[in-house]
Amino acid sequence: MEELILKLKKEIIDILNLEDITPEDIGAEDALFGNGLGLDSIDALELMVLLEKNYGIKIEDPKTEGPKIFYSLRTLAEFIREQQRK
Amino acid sequence: MGLFITRYIHLQNDQVILNGIVEYVAERHSVAEVFRSVYRHYHINYPKFFKMDNLSKLCFLSTEVLLRGTEILQKYAGEEIGIILGNASSSLESDEKHQESIRDRNKYFPSPSVFVYTLPNIMVGEIAIRHQLKGENSVFIFEQFDSEFICHYVSELIRNQRINCCLSGWIECYGDRYESFLFVVEQKDNIKRLKKHQEYIIFDPSTVEKLFKGKPKSWKS
Repeated sequence: MEELILKLKKEIIDILNLEDITPEDIGAEDALFGNGLGLDSIDALELMVLLEKNYGIKIEDPKTEGPKIFYSLRTLAEFIREQQRK
Repeated sequence: MGLFITRYIHLQNDQVILNGIVEYVAERHSVAEVFRSVYRHYHINYPKFFKMDNLSKLCFLSTEVLLRGTEILQKYAGEEIGIILGNASSSLESDEKHQESIRDRNKYFPSPSVFVYTLPNIMVGEIAIRHQLKGENSVFIFEQFDSEFICHYVSELIRNQRINCCLSGWIECYGDRYESFLFVVEQKDNIKRLKKHQEYIIFDPSTVEKLFKGKPKSWKS
């Protein structure tokens, strides 16, 4: 799980152009949106594309599931693992 | 109605030139690196900058330096400040990136953060959000900078009291070519008395054209 979280950190920093932020700066439990990492709605869409492109996972109901899945890197990693087990 | 240019900036040839004086020369690597270098040099702190496309970055940096140390944002309400810009390539660079991402139906992954920049007036939105500018705004696409049109359009907006101040000029960026010329237009009554040796720059097509093309001696050829 920790390996996947580190991979996600690197992917997110790269795809969202988070200048001056290193993987060490993002805690696995930190909130990705709002007061946490400060991501916005466009970033949320970009994360959904990342999930589909890199992991082949499509979120069926983003409005309902999105906030839970994208709450933190850990919730996102757990969701990916769960989908991969199916 | 006396209209004057109270401040102007060029950002091109890896240089930031404010009111005709070279303020900063970036070491040339790539366009993105030049823009990053200017951002760092002026100690700007606005993380959203890094998510912008190059056209918006150019517009953003030009505006940051142009308005720095002025009272424009204190003197006028957001509704009083307009933004009227022109360019030749529109948002073609982002348009092409987006097109590339949807070209292959089997690898159809359009990037939302690229797609949002597939309009030239997004650069206006970026600076409007940054500085809370809510006046009339437009981006016009011309083959080349049209000082006649810009002067007429901006003058009419001010004459009709739609705005009292205007950021105007040319923000062009495509591939490794970029060029910005941005200036502030104000009415004489709103301008403080000038210091000794300062001159009013009359806002008319021939003067604007001269400023656009004018290259101080210190410019790179």
